[in-house]
Amino acid sequence: MVIAEQETSIDTGSADSEYALRVEDLRVYYGTPRGTVKAVDGVSFNLKQGERFALVGESGSGKSTLAMAIMRLTREPGHIAGGRIYLDGRDLVQMREREIRDIRLREMALVPQGAMNSLNPVMRVGDQIIDGILDHVPSGETAPNKARLNERVHELLVRVGLDPTVSRLHPHELSGGMKQRVAMAIAISLDPNIIVADEPTSALDVVVQRQIMQTLGRLQEGLEAAVLLVGHDMGLVAQFADTIGVMYAGKLVEVGSVPDVFKDPKHPYTKLLIESLPSFDITRQFVGIPGMQPALLNLPPGCSFNPRCPSVHERCFREVPEYLNIGSGRGVACHLYEEESIS
Amino acid sequence: MSEFMRLEHVTRTFGGGAFSTKPPIVAVDDVSLSINEDEPKITTIAGESGSGKTTLARLLMGTINPTFGTMYYRGKDFGKLSRRESWAFKQEVQSIYQDPFGSYNPFYKVDHVLETPINRFKLATSRQAKDAMIEEALAMVGLQPGDTLGRFPHQLSGGQRQRIMVARALLIKPRLILADEPVSMVDASLRATILDSIRRLNREIGISVVYITHDLTTALQISDNILVMYRGSVVESGAVERVILEPKHPYTQLLIESIPQPDPDNKWGDEPPSARFEDFSSMFGCKFADRCPHVMDICNEELPPAFRLEQHRQAQCYLYQDEADELEDPDLASIFQDRRAELNV
Repeated sequence: MVIAEQETSIDTGSADSEYALRVEDLRVYYGTPRGTVKAVDGVSFNLKQGERFALVGESGSGKSTLAMAIMRLTREPGHIAGGRIYLDGRDLVQMREREIRDIRLREMALVPQGAMNSLNPVMRVGDQIIDGILDHVPSGETAPNKARLNERVHELLVRVGLDPTVSRLHPHELSGGMKQRVAMAIAISLDPNIIVADEPTSALDVVVQRQIMQTLGRLQEGLEAAVLLVGHDMGLVAQFADTIGVMYAGKLVEVGSVPDVFKDPKHPYTKLLIESLPSFDITRQFVGIPGMQPALLNLPPGCSFNPRCPSVHERCFREVPEYLNIGSGRGVACHLYEEESIS
Repeated sequence: MSEFMRLEHVTRTFGGGAFSTKPPIVAVDDVSLSINEDEPKITTIAGESGSGKTTLARLLMGTINPTFGTMYYRGKDFGKLSRRESWAFKQEVQSIYQDPFGSYNPFYKVDHVLETPINRFKLATSRQAKDAMIEEALAMVGLQPGDTLGRFPHQLSGGQRQRIMVARALLIKPRLILADEPVSMVDASLRATILDSIRRLNREIGISVVYITHDLTTALQISDNILVMYRGSVVESGAVERVILEPKHPYTQLLIESIPQPDPDNKWGDEPPSARFEDFSSMFGCKFADRCPHVMDICNEELPPAFRLEQHRQAQCYLYQDEADELEDPDLASIFQDRRAELNV
């Protein structure tokens, strides 16, 4: 993960092969009767080839909105209000729906939140996997034949750790973990280069959660794909990801490698997030982050975190902190680190 | 010692009636436990979905009856209670549920859930006494009457709603509170306040609490004892800090290892195997045998008995058959007795 530099952002040339995806100054707004909600407000980051990048934040921080915007799946009343998403030098934001369809599943696939609700209840598992493959046959190419498709379903189910006979079952016959595995089989059916996983293990038990995350890791390594994991569980991030991006009220407030950020968090919000983690070492003691995330319609002036920040000073109420590159692949949006900034 | 409730070899099955083609589902399989009034404690029932923990709670609540085995309430067989006794039971056992919104009728102000039990159990003789009771109960869970009374459920946060449920349980002056996943639908930052108010009920008023959860971190924070359930059976139980910090049953070990630790230097081991048999009713021996890394021949032949590993812990696992004695009757009461005195809590 390298912080996108604004100056080079227009140039989409040479450095691109290193990155699977580059997001620049992305803005996703929701129009509501009470005003515009800036769910994602000027987020920039790069996803390296083969990297596991985790986006964390509280509910309402904009992390899922960001993931959906990257898939170009933003729905009304939401819209991409600005910014660029580069995939191999092509800007996804400018693409038409037809072109995007050729990219989804083939180059970039989604493992949705709550696989229970993303599978078709009246279709056999195997047919659903085939459906995805046939739906994304690029224009001008012929669809693979039936035998080839069945063979592929068999192979995909084995890869996600399911028995091939599962292909004949309906979703209601599967457990939550098995359904999530089917969703992963669909996601990898066309060998994508990027897998976007939006809270893939919410509502699963710990052992199943671990199995699903480890399967996802194994698939990612097999495909040499990059993974963008969206979630709120810092434990999962520590177990799974290489790089972490912390979101707060629509902005990316800190980025860095997982070992660095867990050892030495910079932004006061990240610090509190890590301090308040439940642990078996500190027993019989409850800690939390004081206050609540502000409503996105009514953000405080200056830094959005100022009402809850223990290191708040006068400037935080006036100026929105800029995203600063502080070296070793780390970045932070906080006035405290201006001297460490490498411009 | 006075025993409040006791379950003796209780089994509860669902389905599998005369016209069913499928075998019955065994939700709770031969569980014995007792809840003692003299030493009110917080006992966690932990397990994954499908382990039978909620069914066990519903048995304790008296909303369902055991298929086999006997339940006793103050020494009397549960099925033979008089009308007066079963009314007393309903007052003495109260529950707090998972969904802090589903417990409310959205058309009524929150006062309604607090006033109803007072009226129903005739706890107050005057309007003033009633108001005083409600205020006292709200204060106990850290809420201001002015911030909560007279409002509708949707005007309160999930944390406030759940604490009002705790206050409601408290009004009735129960001897036992069953809390079924009370914090799983509440934001992490609000969990602490709810768990804290439940702990105060136990420590300050002396109400026994059964805390049902899949979250072992909070179990360790608030409870004294724990029962770990797998496929309807209690596989390990005892003092919470012993069981969680040094698990002995391979299933408890897997459960605890799988909690994603927020420490990049302390990562998971290899991917654990999934259960090979969804239908474990055909398994003769240990129900964990198909996933167990230490499986032996005997595990597939006979259900392991409970071994008393230390004074306050038992595990149903053959790994300990040489070093520990079998518990004659896996009566968990003896595992949990005198814990408070020993720990000086």
